[in-house]
Amino acid sequence: MSQVQPEMNEALPDLGNALPGFGAARADITFEVNGDAISVNVPPLRRLSSVLRDELLLTGTKVGCDAGDCGACTVLVDGDPVCACLMSVASAAGTSVTTIEGLANGRLSALQASFLAHGAAQCGICTPALLVAATALLDKQPNPTETEVQDALGGILCRCTGYRKIIAAVMDASLQAASLDFRLPQSGQAIGSSPVRLDGVPKVTGGEKFGGDSFPADALAVLVVRSPHYHAGFAFGDLDGWAKAHPGIAAVFTAADIPGKNCFGVIGPFADQPALAEGFARLRGEAVALVAGEREAILDLDMSDFPVRWTELPHFLQPREARAGGAKLIHDNRPANLLTAGFVEHGDPETALAGAAFTVSGAIDTSYVEHAYIEPEAGYAYLDGDTLVVVACTQAPYMDRDETAKVLGLAVDKVRIVPTATGGGFGSKLDVSLQPLIGLVALKTGRPAALAYTRTESMISTTKRHPAEMKATIGADADGHVTGMIFEGDFNTGAYASWGPTVANRVPVHASGPYATPNYRAEGRAIHTHGPISGAFRGFGVPQATIMQETLYDELAGKLGMDRLDFRLKNCLRNGSETVTGQRLDSGVGIAECLESLRPHWARAKADADAFNSANRDRRRGVGIASCWYGCGNTSLPNPSTIRVGIAADGAVILHQGAIDIGQGSNTVITQICADALGLPLEKFQLKSGDTAITPDAGKTSASRQTFVTGKAAEKAGRALREKILRFANVSEKASLQLDGPAIAIREGEATRRIDLTSLDVDAEGFVFRAEETYDPPTLPLDAKGQGKPYAVYGYGAQIAELEVDLKLGTVKLIKITAAHDVGKAINPLLVEGQIEGGIAQGIGMALMEEYIPGRTENLHDYLIPTIGDVPPIETILIEVPDPEGPFGAKGLGEHVLIPTAPAILNAIRHATGVLVTKVPATPTRIRAAIREKEARR
Amino acid sequence: MPEGSFEIPVLEDLFSGRQGVIRYAKPTSVDEALALLGEGAWRILAGGTDFYPAQGSKPFRDDVLDINGLAALRGIAETGSHFVIGARTTWTDIIRHPLPPAFDALKQAAREVGSAQIQNVASVAGNLSNASPAADGVPALLVLDAEVELRSVAATRRLPLHDFILGNRRTALLPGEMVTAIRVPKGATTGTSAFVKLGARRYLVISIAMVAARLVVENGIVADAMVAAGSCSVVAKRLVGVEAALRGLPSDDGLADAILSAPMGELSPIADVRGSAEYRIDAVREIVARVVLAAVGRMTGDEVAA
Repeated sequence: MSQVQPEMNEALPDLGNALPGFGAARADITFEVNGDAISVNVPPLRRLSSVLRDELLLTGTKVGCDAGDCGACTVLVDGDPVCACLMSVASAAGTSVTTIEGLANGRLSALQASFLAHGAAQCGICTPALLVAATALLDKQPNPTETEVQDALGGILCRCTGYRKIIAAVMDASLQAASLDFRLPQSGQAIGSSPVRLDGVPKVTGGEKFGGDSFPADALAVLVVRSPHYHAGFAFGDLDGWAKAHPGIAAVFTAADIPGKNCFGVIGPFADQPALAEGFARLRGEAVALVAGEREAILDLDMSDFPVRWTELPHFLQPREARAGGAKLIHDNRPANLLTAGFVEHGDPETALAGAAFTVSGAIDTSYVEHAYIEPEAGYAYLDGDTLVVVACTQAPYMDRDETAKVLGLAVDKVRIVPTATGGGFGSKLDVSLQPLIGLVALKTGRPAALAYTRTESMISTTKRHPAEMKATIGADADGHVTGMIFEGDFNTGAYASWGPTVANRVPVHASGPYATPNYRAEGRAIHTHGPISGAFRGFGVPQATIMQETLYDELAGKLGMDRLDFRLKNCLRNGSETVTGQRLDSGVGIAECLESLRPHWARAKADADAFNSANRDRRRGVGIASCWYGCGNTSLPNPSTIRVGIAADGAVILHQGAIDIGQGSNTVITQICADALGLPLEKFQLKSGDTAITPDAGKTSASRQTFVTGKAAEKAGRALREKILRFANVSEKASLQLDGPAIAIREGEATRRIDLTSLDVDAEGFVFRAEETYDPPTLPLDAKGQGKPYAVYGYGAQIAELEVDLKLGTVKLIKITAAHDVGKAINPLLVEGQIEGGIAQGIGMALMEEYIPGRTENLHDYLIPTIGDVPPIETILIEVPDPEGPFGAKGLGEHVLIPTAPAILNAIRHATGVLVTKVPATPTRIRAAIREKEARR
Repeated sequence: MPEGSFEIPVLEDLFSGRQGVIRYAKPTSVDEALALLGEGAWRILAGGTDFYPAQGSKPFRDDVLDINGLAALRGIAETGSHFVIGARTTWTDIIRHPLPPAFDALKQAAREVGSAQIQNVASVAGNLSNASPAADGVPALLVLDAEVELRSVAATRRLPLHDFILGNRRTALLPGEMVTAIRVPKGATTGTSAFVKLGARRYLVISIAMVAARLVVENGIVADAMVAAGSCSVVAKRLVGVEAALRGLPSDDGLADAILSAPMGELSPIADVRGSAEYRIDAVREIVARVVLAAVGRMTGDEVAA
């Protein structure tokens, strides 16, 4: 070791501190952060993002990729935005750094307030970066144009919002009043209003704690050893010797250390996935061992000498290879590598198609789609007495609890899941990821254990949307009535089951689209390969199937000589219609209203396109339309939610809100429903999180079920609590409640009664009044032909895409999306719009650019998701056809909103060019190839 | 050991008794930096935007020469014969610095390098030294006949850009050398220029293909044409067949027709996740036509935009 005392510009490394301990030599580096002079003693090459978060505990600056691909770590250095993950702390020496924590000066900045007012923050993980970068823009240009906003924010990815509300929030920041109106509605008027989201403020201040934002200082860091091969045997060498030779490494754990059943899976009967693989790995990225050590030691750990020997084995990534005779079985108990198949048959489709006046057939292939939430999986675990506590991001705390307990051999009441804020989920955070791994380390070492996945680790090891290979035929009579449809699809489910069975079952139920299809057969097969595990992703296979059906509908309308919108209206489900599962829909069917509402937009869009096309040769505009329907909640399976609400002696309304808010807004929506059912104003509510130790199970945030199922439980609980209070006061249900400090004033007519809450008995949880209600949607099982009542509630929607294709380059410029969605009752219209815009952005990605290729696109610069410049203006039309079952008439919508976008875009591309791209994404290469092929046929 | 550097012990080596250490140095003068480079192999840290992604979560095991203390290497200077772009000059510096229209292509390219956050720190020289086939800055510098200044303790040499980038991630940089400047001869700063990057999304994208063109028009006739394409061969190339086909033609829409039949034998695109080889060769010709028309002001940016 040298003891040179070097000169650096502002940074003066002091090697006196370079003790022969953990990590590399450190230097004293001074700079300003948010106006305060800071001095840190850290290795000079440490990333600025790491120093801000880990040394200065300014965790508002997020790390999404460590490669400059997502921009989540954006901070200002001397006023200019930079990615803190790409800057050495040495380069920050002498500068002035501004982070999200520096934007509010005693109160929210106008921009922060504008973000809240516009609903521009959903999950909130990208929000700090957007706010910081937009602040730099507004300092130079207080009234920016849309293009200026896009140029300034183009380097920051958001996966939730679809960006349009962000653009509006920045453009309108100068108009934002000095103080934010939180718009909290009066008692009884919560439903239908759009208050500022109840969990909003910490999302714009940097205060929100996501999975990686609260690691204990003394936690062991965990590094996961993963298979570099799609299929490989492996054997370990001297792990103990290796660990001992590396100072600061506490231990190495393998499958042999797992105390419970090394087999998890979201659907019990199909559980097949080891937390740590045993002897061989079935996919690239599968975890095989854990290295736990002091944080600095793990940061400085060179894994090149880790004693594992791999023996690569033959693999296949395509369902057709997996189904081929003689293909090796990935799971011995699953012949032909078939995980499971879903099947629905109604009427006699062959006869119907044979007798149809017109039939159309086609095939569509789709790709793996990555969820690409900006927050990679992160969390920590520790022992609280004999209870293992896991603090992590999630969509499903109770499922995490049960899976973690199973793997670790613990009773479920000895595992406690404390959900942090979740920086996007979209389905992939339904499955456990790091929970059993950090749990194992905490359990074995007795020390807290922390882990944040790298971006690549997140991409290679967690679930994807299923790639689909689909074929279908649809027939219609001469009047344009659809008479029959046959659909089949292979869904590449990857190496383990995950939600593959759900996809296989949901697809045949939905592949008809929201159209009366009297004769129908559909089969969806989930096929194992050595590819990434396909699981839940917003729509469970229905977005893929809808591309098949809706593109064929355009072709069929063409053969019939009918307008494409008219054809859909003629066939859409209506009250009294029977679905392909034989379910009679008596009321609440809103697809016709959605399509009707689009009619004027359709006429205008077609006229605009015609006008443009008459004046242009190499650029052609096109207009496309597609619909969706989607059953809310589990398919023919129980999925209860429980809500507990009570009143504390001090007059606070305590809501145990277990519907995990991953950005979609359940913290606000469930509270709005409960408030109006109870008859007390929103401002009196305090929320308890989905911590499994304190809050009842509200089920998973999945299947568009929270507004409907948990909302219904919240409605019931609110009403039950109200009843208890009314009964206590001995008044009728017409009475109104008012909280007045630690008292409830109850008015009925001229009479007022007052209940002094402090005089009442307080229960163990601090309640003087409480109610707890459970709701489980009434469904009926599907029989062997898929007939039954799989869902109690469906939601509907339809979208128009307008776009321009550059015929010479095959590129697509989106012009506008018009979206009409029947949500039954918009509990919170602003949040509904946010869901619609965000779903459309993901649909755009699926249609035009997203293609996860294992081994090739395991980062966010080869795997592309839409940027702020890729989402056009979106006009939302809210349709409210109340559902008799849903709370206050509400239906789910989280997944619906993504489904029509991709087929509407493909239909618009065909309208513009005359060619249908049959493999998505429709990249410039594929669009251009289809155009060339058509030109060659001429 | 020269002033301005110090050593970072590598943990496992400390404990295994080996003598391994990594060195980190942040010199403040170019001479000091060159002296260090003369001592052994260093990995150079400039803007960090390629350095950190390449590092990922691996521990540092290379000696790192941090050149961010070299104030002399940042900025654009004008000599009698050249525009001299210091090696640490960022893309934002390029955007903000007033330059003749011949540099418009370079400025347009600068706006397409990653994101604004990247442009604020990433250096022009780093983009060249990283030697990616998709380096956004290369085509625009090729049409400016840029040369790369390389210095070592012993010597200073200047290589034409096309002789500096040898292949994918391969340059002519010799041990002991660093890039100190990019020099654009004033003779190559006449005319007007344009650049287009074709990608699968609007921002923050690696190009499928990109083209820069600089045309000198005299009395309505193309007196000289410089055209270069990137992401369509291992190293971005000047398209001499296209350039020859354009010279002497009237500066009008007919230029596009000449491009349609001009040879582009320099290009040998590969298929990758961004596009097929067939698509690239097809699309790049179209982009060349558009960029050439844009360079002579016959197409608006909106029309060109891919």
